[in-house]
Amino acid sequence: MSAPRRELISGFKAELPLLIGVIPFGMIYGVLALAAGMPAGAAQAMSTIVFAGSSQFISTQLYGIAAPGLVIFITAVVVNLRHALYSASVAPYLKCLNSRWKWLLAYLLTDEAYAVAITHYQQTEDNLDCDRPDARHWFFLGAGLALWATWQLSTAVGIFLGAQVPASWSLDFTLALTFIAIIVPGLRDRPSLAAALVAGVTAVLFFALPYKLGLILASLVGVSVGLWIEAKA
Amino acid sequence: MNLWLTMIAIGLATFAIRLSFIYLFGKVEMPDLVKKALRYVPPAVLSAIVFPELLLPGGHFDLSFGNGRLIAGVLAAAVAWRTKSVVLTIVTGMAVLYILMALGL
Repeated sequence: MSAPRRELISGFKAELPLLIGVIPFGMIYGVLALAAGMPAGAAQAMSTIVFAGSSQFISTQLYGIAAPGLVIFITAVVVNLRHALYSASVAPYLKCLNSRWKWLLAYLLTDEAYAVAITHYQQTEDNLDCDRPDARHWFFLGAGLALWATWQLSTAVGIFLGAQVPASWSLDFTLALTFIAIIVPGLRDRPSLAAALVAGVTAVLFFALPYKLGLILASLVGVSVGLWIEAKA
Repeated sequence: MNLWLTMIAIGLATFAIRLSFIYLFGKVEMPDLVKKALRYVPPAVLSAIVFPELLLPGGHFDLSFGNGRLIAGVLAAAVAWRTKSVVLTIVTGMAVLYILMALGL
């Protein structure tokens, strides 16, 4: 098997365990979008155009309560800002690729694809030399495509099922659980732990603010506290 | 129409965020403060989403053993800490939630 093909398949396989959380998440998004009054076509298109689960969830909720477009936009962008961190983190490994690859992999840079791609880059040879090209971007592509296809399909299933998924299944809880699985292992230093705790408590205290402004406020306070504790240490 | 415009704007902004440093690598040096601040964005944003899910089920503050989501979330967090496994975390959380629901909590 050629190296690109081998990497593509390994990336695809590495992504599979994460899809367990993604499938119900995509389905619930589809169900919630329709419940919020979004047309089916728009709900499906959003999974392709935005392709970022948590911001799609929040956008749907805000759309459902008739929040202004600008508020939906700002909230979604704040929720997606963490992707800049992922972008910075994978950037050195992608520096030798042409623009088409960079654009494609940037489009596929989600929490779940990033998680397996960066682990693969870090666990394999530390080759950042453009004179010795490797095939590891194919691994990233495999992981990204697995997630992309799953996301589109599970959205479609959710839209199709519509209101048939009973709320008593509590499938929406898999969103919180996926986030717990992503953040908790990284809370091994004091500033990160403080950022998470303070942001969480602030979000609870200001939950009643309209348009999810509490989320934006909590994020800003959390990041500031993280920086402050780091500076003090 | 407004919905589509908002959606496309979010899509473009999200893509720009994801492409940002991949594109700028080697062209522009990231300011130190931004680099540091970005490290705290994931824990801050994600826990700002998670905490209300656990502590405000149905929109009402509930810090008690009767709050199944809180107990399930805390146990799932312990599993995430020990195993770093997404699957085990989700399976544990949902299993605990279903057991508590079956017990009538």
